[in-house]
Amino acid sequence: MAEQLVIDPLTRIEGHLRIELEHENKQIKTAWSETTQWRGLEQILVGRDPRDAWAFAQRICGVCTSVHAIASVNAVENAIGSNPPAQAKLIRDMVLASQEVQDHVIHFYHLHALDFVNVANAAKGDPAKAVAFAGQIGSKWKGNTVERMSEVRDTVQGILDSGQLSIFSGGYWTHPDYRLPPEADLMAVAHYLDALDFQRSMIRINTVFGGKNPHPNFLVGGMACTIDQNRSESVNQVQIDQIKVWVDETLAFVRDCYVPDALAIAGVYKDYFDIGAAQPNYLAVGMAGATFAGDPRTARVDATGHYAVKPGVILNNDFSNVLEFDPAKITEDIASAWYKYSDGGTSLAPAVGETEVEYTGPKPPYKWLAGTKEYTWCKAPRYDGNVVQVGPVARVVMAYAQGHPRTVEIVDSAVKTLGISLPQINSTAGRTLARAVECLTSAELLAEHTFPAFVANIKNGDIDVFDATKWDPSSWEYECSGYSFVEVARGNLSHWVSIKNGHIERYQCVVPTTWLAGGRDAAGKQGPYEESLAGNGKHPLVDPAQPLEPLRTIHSFDPCMSCAVHVFDADGIETAVAS
Amino acid sequence: MDSQWTEPTLGENLAKAGVSRRDFLAFCGSLAAIYSLGGAAGTTPATAAKIAEKLEAVEKPKVVWLQLQECTGCMESTLRSGGTTVEEVVLKLLSVDYNELVMAASGDAANQVLAQTNKEPHILVVNGSIPVNDGGIYCTIGGESAEQVLRDSAENALAILAVGACAVWGSVQASNPNPTGAKGVDQIIRDKPVVNIAGCPPIGEVITAAIAYLLAHDLSLPRLDGEGRPLFAYDQRIHDSCPKRPHFDAGQYVRSFDDEGARNGWCLYEMGCKGPSTFAPCPIVQWNLHTSWPIGAGHPCIGCTEKFFFDRFTPFYQTLPDVAGFGVEASAETIGWSALGLTVAGVAAHAGLTAARNASAKKAEKSEPALLGMPTPKRATYSEENKPSDGRSEETGSK
Repeated sequence: MAEQLVIDPLTRIEGHLRIELEHENKQIKTAWSETTQWRGLEQILVGRDPRDAWAFAQRICGVCTSVHAIASVNAVENAIGSNPPAQAKLIRDMVLASQEVQDHVIHFYHLHALDFVNVANAAKGDPAKAVAFAGQIGSKWKGNTVERMSEVRDTVQGILDSGQLSIFSGGYWTHPDYRLPPEADLMAVAHYLDALDFQRSMIRINTVFGGKNPHPNFLVGGMACTIDQNRSESVNQVQIDQIKVWVDETLAFVRDCYVPDALAIAGVYKDYFDIGAAQPNYLAVGMAGATFAGDPRTARVDATGHYAVKPGVILNNDFSNVLEFDPAKITEDIASAWYKYSDGGTSLAPAVGETEVEYTGPKPPYKWLAGTKEYTWCKAPRYDGNVVQVGPVARVVMAYAQGHPRTVEIVDSAVKTLGISLPQINSTAGRTLARAVECLTSAELLAEHTFPAFVANIKNGDIDVFDATKWDPSSWEYECSGYSFVEVARGNLSHWVSIKNGHIERYQCVVPTTWLAGGRDAAGKQGPYEESLAGNGKHPLVDPAQPLEPLRTIHSFDPCMSCAVHVFDADGIETAVAS
Repeated sequence: MDSQWTEPTLGENLAKAGVSRRDFLAFCGSLAAIYSLGGAAGTTPATAAKIAEKLEAVEKPKVVWLQLQECTGCMESTLRSGGTTVEEVVLKLLSVDYNELVMAASGDAANQVLAQTNKEPHILVVNGSIPVNDGGIYCTIGGESAEQVLRDSAENALAILAVGACAVWGSVQASNPNPTGAKGVDQIIRDKPVVNIAGCPPIGEVITAAIAYLLAHDLSLPRLDGEGRPLFAYDQRIHDSCPKRPHFDAGQYVRSFDDEGARNGWCLYEMGCKGPSTFAPCPIVQWNLHTSWPIGAGHPCIGCTEKFFFDRFTPFYQTLPDVAGFGVEASAETIGWSALGLTVAGVAAHAGLTAARNASAKKAEKSEPALLGMPTPKRATYSEENKPSDGRSEETGSK
């Protein structure tokens, strides 16, 4: 007889996610993915100045800060016909790349690592052995010193001795499936702390251009930060030199610390390449940072240089057949969500999407949600009726299938080292590995292409950052609409806007986590979170009181629940896809 | 920072710091008085002796750090703090027993930790708003409404910090028409002082400094302004501490982004800067290890430390009214006051708004918020529900 288990709060994610399970004989049989927050901002943007939209949209999420703002300014620029100068686009590319790397690093070390790393065990680690272990896994991180490892061991020991475990209180430290030797746990905890320091430093790339992080400032038509080598109040050689340091430290940390750690954990937990598969369908409009102001087949605006990887869809693991991506094939299903559509059905294209609440769940407090047909605030997007995965795994697969040389090189090497086959990337460990792989290609691109291109342009006298011709609303069409697609940290993001008489008439976002966290559709197909836990009835759950294994799988998706729920959805955008 | 916490227990630390037993009991008595205001049915009124007993035994102060209806930007900002770092906060200064973003445990194990810590004296930090409409269905955690989660954690809290615009007033989701009924912490918890760390998000260093301040001052609260914001961070109007102020006074304005004035770093007032109406330490503390700040990076201030800025200060690029021109400082200051909802008749033009405001923060209690900001009537209407709460005087916060 299957027993029920609720994991709520599911911690170490952004926002509020509840997972309900039925399990039997230490295996998960059924799963429900339940988003338990809705902010209901659907109408808030309606009637506003489109030039303000980025600031509202940015507040969808403070973890993926910047990404919604960048999607928003691109959608508005597409609508009003604004063309930001090349340098403004490069600045946005740098902001996006640094945000993505920082986001992936925080995810791996601070949100995901404790699924594999036993902090309590780290206190038993020998500092010299920890340094040796780091050497064995190819970590050349500058923090791998006996002094540092000793300091960290003492810190951990101090916490344990005090009996006050702080954020480690109630952790699953007695779970039998923590596998790392003490010196590896010690090294990982040291890197956990080093990563905090790293992200604090490198994110200043955002601050130079946007004035703050989280939630830096953006501008429709370009960027507000000026460039001038001969003026102290503009971005000049001082900031260029600073950014150079941060860009270099970004690449160093990812290459020397993150990637070896991710590979080592994937190696120790290798059976997780056979756990946590979802539908082997992938959607991406390019590699991380790919940005389109308009049609994702033609309107590319980023300057990342990864143009060779085109938008595409891969179905049923068929890497040899990359299908053309057609935005018109996206629908959103509400069979399991607390909404109703005016036609009484459960599926609409985002182009004509609606978000009217119809809550049928229990009044809080409640013990169980999955008893009813509807159980989440998250819609369930489908592509041509298929459940698809987005995010680093989808992008790595897309880049690999299209022969992107550096991705092929890194993936082939990892696959060989780990002794796995490529389709196994559709798994808990695979998603975590893919995130590290693309973090390296993104850090390399930032250091070797995007930032040097920005500097070279300055040398050539290109300092324009703003298209003033479309700033005044009187220069806009009376009615216009636009949209954007951006590959952000967690996957494919699109924003859609309709403008009338200088004001927003409709606004909508289709967000990465929505693709992944949604529930069952009208045909009964599970969302990726659900299928990854219950797809084959064999996902391990050794001790329901310590649900470590499902946490590993859900964390491998890097959930961002505030994004997932359709915060800025608005009625019926009749638009942009058609053009 | 150097921790004040050098001895194992609070009692010993206080003794070392020269706090007498008598003073400590007096402090506990004041806490008891605060708690008894609540008088929740079925609870025994706290006594000074009981509180003292509990507090003295506390080794590292326990913290419950809730995230309610929000975007996690405030936790991210905390991670960025270069003052007291998050590592020091979670590993050395405090025992952060519950915080969903960083804690190891999930589900039942997390809820048990929360329930246990809620029973003991603790510091409560809150990110996020509380959606009260429709029985609280719009944000639940562990099957409980956000309001219930907040009330449970507030009951035995020694100090409450509402961190970020959502926790202070509801922020973007509370903007017109506020469909989920999002409210700030001090609209729910009425019987205890709430320190409002304003901003969307607040500067990381300000968040951790607020915590460090509590530790450095035996958990007594910093002095607060009329909106519950600590004076150590929010006593200055951006317009008064802005390095571009001389350009404002000289009439040197940016007229279009990326123009000559912009490259020269002139004043962004005409581009819609809300600095004249905004109290925040951005020009002083700056952001991300003192790297830059919004105006410094060429963008006008959007006023994110002020209540209802998404309604009052939009369109963001529209010039604040009546601050036009060369050297008209008095006019700018009038706007600052109006937008704050304060009555400022008689403020001398050259007295300086910041100084005058600090001297008369009490006015905030009594005056009816005028809700002036941008002339956008559609956005300037509020229901009774989401009207700004009456402020508090600064005395509320100091013990």
